[in-house]
Amino acid sequence: MTGVVAEFATTILAAGATTLLLGLASLLLATVLGLAAAFAKLSRSRALRHTAALYTFIVRGIPDLVVMLLVYYSVPALLNQAIDALGWDMRIEFSPIAAGIAALGLIFGAYMTETFKTALQNIPKGQIEAAVAYGLTRRRMFTRIILPHLVRLALPGFTNNWLVLAKATALVSLIGLQDVMFRAKGAAEATGMPFTFYLIAAGFYLSVTILSLAALTLIARRFEMGLRELAP
Amino acid sequence: MNWGIIAENLGLYVQGAKLTLLLAFASLAISFCLAVPLAFLRNSRIAALRYAVLGYTLVFRGTPLLVQLFLIYFGLAQFELVRESVIWPWLSSPLVCVLIAFVLNSTAYSTEIFAGGLRHIPIGEIEAARAFGMSAFAQARRILIPAMLTRSLPLYGNEMIMMLHATSLASTVTLLETTGVARMITLNYYIQFEPYVTAAAIYLAMTFVLVSAFQLVQWRWAGYLENRIG
Repeated sequence: MTGVVAEFATTILAAGATTLLLGLASLLLATVLGLAAAFAKLSRSRALRHTAALYTFIVRGIPDLVVMLLVYYSVPALLNQAIDALGWDMRIEFSPIAAGIAALGLIFGAYMTETFKTALQNIPKGQIEAAVAYGLTRRRMFTRIILPHLVRLALPGFTNNWLVLAKATALVSLIGLQDVMFRAKGAAEATGMPFTFYLIAAGFYLSVTILSLAALTLIARRFEMGLRELAP
Repeated sequence: MNWGIIAENLGLYVQGAKLTLLLAFASLAISFCLAVPLAFLRNSRIAALRYAVLGYTLVFRGTPLLVQLFLIYFGLAQFELVRESVIWPWLSSPLVCVLIAFVLNSTAYSTEIFAGGLRHIPIGEIEAARAFGMSAFAQARRILIPAMLTRSLPLYGNEMIMMLHATSLASTVTLLETTGVARMITLNYYIQFEPYVTAAAIYLAMTFVLVSAFQLVQWRWAGYLENRIG
């Protein structure tokens, strides 16, 4: 009995690698999308501003699960209709992991946009004026001045988004990715002990949350080194 | 394109949207009533109470809602004690399980939001209440709870939208709310584009209405917090 539980528990936790890979890849895509959309929202071009606003409005107005179903089922269906209309002989189908990364990246990119936009707006103006006065090139100004401030100011929101994202990866099991949740479901159905195995999955997500909180507190401390604080 | 199928099944979507709204608002109403007292316990002077509430919010905010829902809907059947108890007819109903999961989850988030609001009330307001000789109950009713709620409004608005969107998970345990209806139509008619796009449009409209309503509420009840210098 305990042997069976241990065996299934190992296969569930082994899928943790898939969950983490999915989470980190989505986080990367979300960060890139979020940065691009944040700069677009603050850009002088009206078209860019409106495109970014439309993107965040639509994505944040639809449940994560529905975005995932749209990316996994509806987008290929639409593309295949177009291909049929053109008379080509091919079919498009996404793998669950690709659809999962695309969907989660798209969703959390919208949340990251707001985080980065607020952070960019909160960079002290004098810092940028000083950089201009020193004659820094645009690229140098970005890497040496804007980016360090951005990291510090965006970190709390970024942490929050990652915590929500890590939990949202569980949804990808519903489109068939063999992650922690998918394996837990399999074990639950095979053994008739659903509570035990869903509890193991819950324990996995909880430890990811707690470890991420600890790690990001350390990183935050590193980036706040240059900040003066009032004596308590 | 097969928009004709969607038009034929519009009645189903109306039913689904009704269930979505029912689930969201029932869960929010119940969890609101639980979260207000829990927020006070979260800031209690007794460490044991504080940590007990923190433990609860940490577990329910640290695990996916999907796992919580499956633990309650599929998991509880594992125990004979539960299966033979008088509440089993309730616990085997997907609607009841979904509501329990949503309430437990939303209460955890709301408790933390309200507890944060409570911590940020200026000390002067509480001192003034004491100086007026208000009892602890009068203080809570007239000063602390209103100040806590207005300060929590922006975050609580986000939580309401999260809850509205979270109801889509009810489709995974056979309930036919908006997402469930969309899934059923894709399976019945073998079309994968139109049903989900329709569901997305319904959620988008609901979110838009909720956000607009909330901005109005915020302007009316929390307006005094804005435009302050420093």
